[in-house]
Amino acid sequence: MDFSYTEEQQALQDSLRRFLAKEYDFEKRRQISRSAAGYSKEHWRTLAEMGVLGLGIPEAHGGMNGSPVDTMLVMESFGRALVLEPYLPTVVLCGGLVRDAGTEAQQAALLPAIAMGELLMAFAHYEQGSRYALEHVATTAKREGNGYVLNGAKSLVLSGLQAGKLLVSARTAGGARDRAGVSLFLVDREAPGVSAQGYVTQDGGRAAEVKLADVRVGADALLGLEGGALPVIERAVDLAIAALCAEAVGAMDALLETTREYLKTRKQFGTPIGRFQVLQHRMADMLIAIEQARSMAMVAAVKVQSEDAAERRRMVSSAKALVGQSARYVGQQAVQLHGGMGVTDELAAAHLFKRLTVINATFGDADHHLAQVSDSLLVA
Amino acid sequence: MDLNDTPEQSAFRREVRAFLAAQLPPALSHKVQHRLRLGKEDTVLWQRILHQRGWGAPGWPKAFGGTGWSAIEQHIFEEEAADAGAPRQLDFGLRMVAPVIMAFGNKAQQERFLPRILSGEDWWCQGYSEPGAGSDLASLRTRAERKGQHYVVNGQKAWTTLGQHADWIFCLVRTSTEGRPQEGISFLLIDMKSKGITVRPTIMLDGEHEVNETYFDDVEVPVENLVGEENRGWTYAKFLLGHERTGLANVGQWKRLLKRLETVARRETASNGRPLIEDARFRDKVAQVKVELLALEVTLLRVLSAEAKDAKKGLGPVASVLKIKGTEIGQAIFELTMQASGHDALAYLPEALEPGYSGPRVGGEHAAAAAGDYFNMRKLSIFGGSNEIQRNIISQMLLGL
Repeated sequence: MDFSYTEEQQALQDSLRRFLAKEYDFEKRRQISRSAAGYSKEHWRTLAEMGVLGLGIPEAHGGMNGSPVDTMLVMESFGRALVLEPYLPTVVLCGGLVRDAGTEAQQAALLPAIAMGELLMAFAHYEQGSRYALEHVATTAKREGNGYVLNGAKSLVLSGLQAGKLLVSARTAGGARDRAGVSLFLVDREAPGVSAQGYVTQDGGRAAEVKLADVRVGADALLGLEGGALPVIERAVDLAIAALCAEAVGAMDALLETTREYLKTRKQFGTPIGRFQVLQHRMADMLIAIEQARSMAMVAAVKVQSEDAAERRRMVSSAKALVGQSARYVGQQAVQLHGGMGVTDELAAAHLFKRLTVINATFGDADHHLAQVSDSLLVA
Repeated sequence: MDLNDTPEQSAFRREVRAFLAAQLPPALSHKVQHRLRLGKEDTVLWQRILHQRGWGAPGWPKAFGGTGWSAIEQHIFEEEAADAGAPRQLDFGLRMVAPVIMAFGNKAQQERFLPRILSGEDWWCQGYSEPGAGSDLASLRTRAERKGQHYVVNGQKAWTTLGQHADWIFCLVRTSTEGRPQEGISFLLIDMKSKGITVRPTIMLDGEHEVNETYFDDVEVPVENLVGEENRGWTYAKFLLGHERTGLANVGQWKRLLKRLETVARRETASNGRPLIEDARFRDKVAQVKVELLALEVTLLRVLSAEAKDAKKGLGPVASVLKIKGTEIGQAIFELTMQASGHDALAYLPEALEPGYSGPRVGGEHAAAAAGDYFNMRKLSIFGGSNEIQRNIISQMLLGL
């Protein structure tokens, strides 16, 4: 057992935190959130220069060959600062999918571009009605000549409008909820037949509804095995969940800190309200919830690397369940302890709360993942 | 970062397992696994076996006859011992008074008391709480007046756990009423055979005799039994509480009892005739505890690893996090075990907690202890500094409120 970080990991975290402390305060973040793109291209370049965008990418393709533990450190820092840049869809999800399932040619074409900050990608997978079921894919890909024709609609595609390329899941065989028959395709965002309606999400991020109408792609657009993409998708989503758990821990840390400051300065009845035991105990429970969540974010970062898929999924679900519960508790209580100020748009507390709420419902909420853990007890 | 055992840790784990397989008496582990009543002789027997192997004090440095194990090795030992159904070693001597004697006692005290704790010859109990001094421990009133070469002790201690077996008691006593209440407290070691000590049982809500009231009536205690300096006892007591709370996380025991709960839920039948484990409403509660226990285990390991890096710093207030979460998880496991037993848990059959019981039973074997355990374990969130006091510590020491 070893809970320490390497010198490189610490150096990365330090420089990232310094950068965010300087460039990503609450007001600056608000401006980015309100901009048309929804993220800062300048920051994206800086992150590329720092090596953060190439973290999980093999060295051969211009990356740093980092591990999910490295990603955890990055996401924790992002969580503290409520970073809006589309790291999760481009780097963690799509970068991970191309790295794990792409051909040498696909990797060479895409990974260096991601690492250098030149390419945004989006993972177009969920559909209306699929809820959290990853196997639910109704979008179809029919063979035609040497390639495929894609038809369908994808929902809540993170950075779906901003991305240059999409990774689209589509059925090459089977019914809408079959595990077999799901394939992944690389599709240009601007390809004929692709349309995207972008919108802002509750946390100030960006997503889109993406329609695919007779979108024609070549055989080289297929990523991984035809019909065998689901295990690859599940692993990529587990990596994303591990990353989100770390982000939530960072956000909860920031939320506890800002609430602590508030309790020490806000006075009522002639005394700082942090003197009241009922509020102190609430804060103690929030701290406990965060420490438990931190432990599970580590479990997720380590166990997501497990070769045993069942073990990997059980551990990642355990983490997402507990982190989701903690995020809800800490978020709600932080707002409550801020009183009226907590329900305004003016303080970071409300924005951290909203981000935590979004994280809980992204790739399966606490109840969904607790049910996965619970059902695993039946097989034991 | 790595959550797996290092090769050394994994070799150590194998060594512990082999020892347990060879040396833990089956009759003893049977009692523990089936939650039968444990007597003094059971605890002493296990302590002697461990001592013979040189493992009598997993938490002590080698200089005092301990194992010198790292915090992680101690955790591995506890986890494996708990899993095998070994009884808990007695905390009062090993984990509570011994660290105080090591840190603040003189050489004569160390030589006199530590070997007998290690060998299991002396049974220790704790004299902290009083009827009027619970959470507000510093308000304690048992007094010790210096008369020549003795202190004369008068007063009453409450909740002396297993004091009915004890050879010695470590006590907080008032030696001064000057200044703040914390400033007039001393740490005394008292022979339970001394004239003037009376021990009276306090029967717990499960009907068991576990704790006592201990009365001191002009009890003469030689001055050499004072630990450290007079009126500095509060500092030693706080030091001790930090040691106690790590143990209260109790992760190894909870892991075994959670496994047992899963087994019980597979064996029990729900009202629809199917195995209880198939009832999602119940199963989700088990899953919830399982997830929280995994988190607690990692939290504990994080704390222990940090402690190993900076031993002088000690555990500090983060021990309160472990105490709260550990006791809440333990209580949840016992409550779910009772719930799993359904109304079979309602029969009060204390005789069924003795080995070889052949009288009437209601439900499976686990049902006999289920309600008693549930009732008894409400103590977890009360003793060792109530969970509310722990929250005070967290908010003051960790959050600065």
